[in-house]
Amino acid sequence: MTLPQEWSILLTGVLAATSCALLGTFLVLRGMSLLGDAISHAVLPGIVIAFLLTESRAILPMFLGAAAFGLLTTVLVGNLHRRWHVPEDASIGIVFTALFALGVVLISAYAGQVDLDAECVLYGEIAYTPWDLIIWNDVSYGPRPVWILGMAFLLNVVFVGLFYKELVIASFDPAMAVSVGINATLIHYLLMGAVSVTTVASFESIGAILVVALLIVPGATAYLWSDRLPRILALAMIFGAVAAVAGYYLAGVWNSSISGAIVVVLGGIFLLSVLLAPRQGLLAKLYMQAALSVKVAQDHMLLSMVRVAEVDEERRWLGGALIQEASVSALLAKLALRRLRQRVLLQETATGMRLTEQGRREGRRLLRGHRLWETYLNELGVRADHVHEPANALEHYIDDQLDRELDGEVGDGTVLRGR
Amino acid sequence: MADFISFFTLADANVRFVLFGSLLIGATGGMLGTFAVLRRRSLMGDALAHAALPGVALAFMLTGSKSLPVLITGATVTGVLGVLIIQFIVNNTRIKADAALGIVLSVFFGVGIVLLTHIQGSGVGNQSGLDKFLFGQAAAMVHDDIIVMAVLSVAIIVVVLLFYKEFKALIFDPKFLQSLGISVRVTDLILMGLIVLTVMVGLQAVGVVLIAAMLITPAVAARFWTQRLHVLVILSALIGGLSGAAGTFLSSQAPRVPTGPVMVLVATGFFVFSALFGPRRGLVSRLRRLRHNELRERRHHFLRAVIKLREADPDTHAFTHEELAAELEWDPARVRREARRLVRAGAAVIDKASGEVRVDHVRLTQRGTAEGTFIVKSHRLWEHYLVYRDILSADHVDRPADEVEHLLTPELIGRLEDILQREHGLDPKSVVNIHETGSGYRPHGREEAEKVAS
Repeated sequence: MTLPQEWSILLTGVLAATSCALLGTFLVLRGMSLLGDAISHAVLPGIVIAFLLTESRAILPMFLGAAAFGLLTTVLVGNLHRRWHVPEDASIGIVFTALFALGVVLISAYAGQVDLDAECVLYGEIAYTPWDLIIWNDVSYGPRPVWILGMAFLLNVVFVGLFYKELVIASFDPAMAVSVGINATLIHYLLMGAVSVTTVASFESIGAILVVALLIVPGATAYLWSDRLPRILALAMIFGAVAAVAGYYLAGVWNSSISGAIVVVLGGIFLLSVLLAPRQGLLAKLYMQAALSVKVAQDHMLLSMVRVAEVDEERRWLGGALIQEASVSALLAKLALRRLRQRVLLQETATGMRLTEQGRREGRRLLRGHRLWETYLNELGVRADHVHEPANALEHYIDDQLDRELDGEVGDGTVLRGR
Repeated sequence: MADFISFFTLADANVRFVLFGSLLIGATGGMLGTFAVLRRRSLMGDALAHAALPGVALAFMLTGSKSLPVLITGATVTGVLGVLIIQFIVNNTRIKADAALGIVLSVFFGVGIVLLTHIQGSGVGNQSGLDKFLFGQAAAMVHDDIIVMAVLSVAIIVVVLLFYKEFKALIFDPKFLQSLGISVRVTDLILMGLIVLTVMVGLQAVGVVLIAAMLITPAVAARFWTQRLHVLVILSALIGGLSGAAGTFLSSQAPRVPTGPVMVLVATGFFVFSALFGPRRGLVSRLRRLRHNELRERRHHFLRAVIKLREADPDTHAFTHEELAAELEWDPARVRREARRLVRAGAAVIDKASGEVRVDHVRLTQRGTAEGTFIVKSHRLWEHYLVYRDILSADHVDRPADEVEHLLTPELIGRLEDILQREHGLDPKSVVNIHETGSGYRPHGREEAEKVAS
C-alpha cells in the first residue's frame, strides 16, 4: 500500500485534528481545558521511558507509558488540590511543568538512544510522515503515523459512541449522573485516559504544545456556533479537518512548520467565529443591540406623538424634533424614523409628519403599556413621581398576555393615570 | 572535577556572572510567584510566556537584531496582547477563562513556531539563538544580557517592596484596599505588569515553555513552611534563587541539556521535600499528628476502662492486665504496652507481683485518676447533650461520644455542664451513665427541664 506523499501528510493531519477535536469538545464543555493542556505535556516522560525500556518505537508500550503518566497527572493534580490545599491552577502548573521538564531532560540526556529531539517534542515532525513507513517482511504497509492516528481515531469514536449518554450527563449534571447510577469518576478517568492516548498518537506529528490547540480550539469555536452537542461535535471535527488541510498548504507558502500553520489556521477560524458566529458572535450581538435600540427609538417617537395628540390633535412633527424624542444616537434614530414610515405608522404631510390611523392605534397600545407599568409600580409602593423612568424602560416589554396580567393586578376599572 | 572546582571557587568571571544572573532570575520569579499564586493567577504566567514567542521572532524579523532588549520588547508586546485577548474572550463570549487561556497559549505558540521555522527555513544565517528561547540556555547569556536582567530584577524587587502593603491587601482583603481609597484595578494592573516583567526577564534563561514553573513551584513549596506573607516571599525567593543557580550549574555540566527543565526539576525537588517535611500540611507532620491522636485516643480508652472498673467495685483500685483486657476488649499484650506508656507518663504505677499477689496490678496515680475522671465525665456529658437536644436517642450515642470525647476541652465541658444544669437540672457532680437510666429518662428529663424553666 502506498500513498502519495501529500496524501499521507494530509491524512495524518486530519486524523489528528478530528480525534483531538472530538475529545477536546468534552474538555472545553466540562471546564477542564487546562487539564488537557497539562496531560499533553505530562505524557512526555511516559513516551521517553517506554522508548528507553523497549529500545524501539513499538506502539503499545508508548500508549501504555503515556496513559500511565496521563492518569498520574490527573491523580496528582486532584490530590494536591484536595489533600494539600494547593489552588487547582497552581497544582496543574506544578505537575505538568515538573513532568515535562523530566521528559525533556531525559531526552537530552539520552539523546543518542532516543529517536526524538527536544524541539520536535514541541511542534512535531508531520513533514516526515511519508518516510516513516511500517515495513514488515519487506512489504511496506504505509506510513506509521497514519496507522497510529487511525487507531486512535477509531478508539475515540468507539469511546464517545459507547459512552455518549454517560459523557453528556456526567459533563453537564454530575448530581444527576450519580442519581441514575453513572460512575462520574470512572467516566472522568476514561476521558483522561483517552486524552492521553490521543495526545501520544498525535505527539510525533503535531508536538506536545500544539496538540493543546487541536484539543481546545475546535471545541471552543464550535461552541460559539451552536447549543446542541451533536452539532458542536460535528462542527469541531469539521473545523479541525479544514484547519489541517489549509495548514498544510499554507505551510508550503510560508515555508514553515506544518503543525504550526495548522494551529494558526485554527486560531484564524476561532477569530472569525468570535466576530461572525450567529447569536454568539460580536457582530451578531452588535446587530441585535442596534436592532433593539431602533425598536426602542420607534416606541419613544410614537409615544411622544400620541401624548401630544391627546391635547393637540392637529400637531405636525418635523424629523429633527422626533429624533430628539428618541433618546438614542442620531443615526439609530434616523433608521427608526425610516422604519416607522415603512410600517405606515407615519405619514408625510405638507406641514410635517403625523400619525396614521394605524400609528395612533400602535401609539395608544404603547401608552397603555407604559401607564399599566406606572400604575403597577405605584401599587408596588414606588412613589407616583418616581414611576415614569422605570416605566419608560419597561414599556417595551409588553404583549397581550402581560397586558392582561398587569390589568388584573392593578384592579378592574382603575383609571390609568400618568404620563 | 576541575570544572566542579573552578565553578565553586567562582574563578571564572563568566561563570560567576551567569550564576549570578540565574540566581537573580530565580529569586525574582519566586518573589513575584508568591503574589501570582495567592492572587490565583498561577497560569497567567504560562499564557504570557507562550504568547511571548511570536514577539521574539517578530522582533528579530523586523530588526534583524538578536540583542536582548529588542527581543524582550517584542516578547512583552505579544505577551501582553495575549493576556488582553484572554480578558477580551472572557468578557465578550461565552467561552470560560480556562479555555480562553488554553486557546491563546496554544495559538500564539503556533504563530511563534510558524515564524521561527520560517526564519530557519529562509536561511538567515544567525537565527540559531532564537530557538534557545524555547527551553532556555543560561550559558547563552552574555555580559550585557545579564546587566539588563539585573537592572530589571532590581527594579522589580524595589517596586514590590514599595507596594508590599498594597499587594498584601489586594490578596487578602481587596475591600480594605478600596476603603483606603486605593483602586483595586490599578493595584492589580501593577502586579500584572510586574509579573509580565518577571517572565520577560527570565525568558532567555528558562525558556517560554517552562518559565511558568519558576513562578508557581517555589511559591507553593514555601507555603508548606509558613503562613506569614513576608516570610513566604523571602523563602520563595530563596528557593527560586537556589533552583536557578543549581539548575544553571547542573545543566552546564551536560551541555546538551537545556537550562530551563533542570531549573524546574530542582524547584520541583524543593517542592517535594516541602510537601513531605513542611510543618504546615506536610505529609510527615500530618502523619505525626495522626499518630499523636491515635495514641491519645488509646490512652483515654485505657483510663476510662480503669475508672469504669473502679466504679463497679469502689473498694478495688488496682487491676490485673487480664481484667483490663476484658473490659477494653483488647489484646493483653496491647494492654501491657499501654500500661507501660502510662507509667512513663506518670499516670499509672504497676504493683509488682509479690507474696500473696501473684500477678502485676495496674493502679492509677492521682494524675491518671484526674484525667480519667475528666474523660469519663466529658463522654457522659456529651451523651446527655446529644440525647437532651434530641439529636440522637440514648442507645445510639455511645459511638459519637466516643469520637468526640478526646477533643472536648475543659472550657467546652464547662459550657456543656452549664447548659445541661441550667436547662435540664443535671447535677454536674454526679453525671450518671446514660445507658443505665432506662427508657423513661427522656420524657422525665423534659418535664423537669420545663419545671426549672418556669
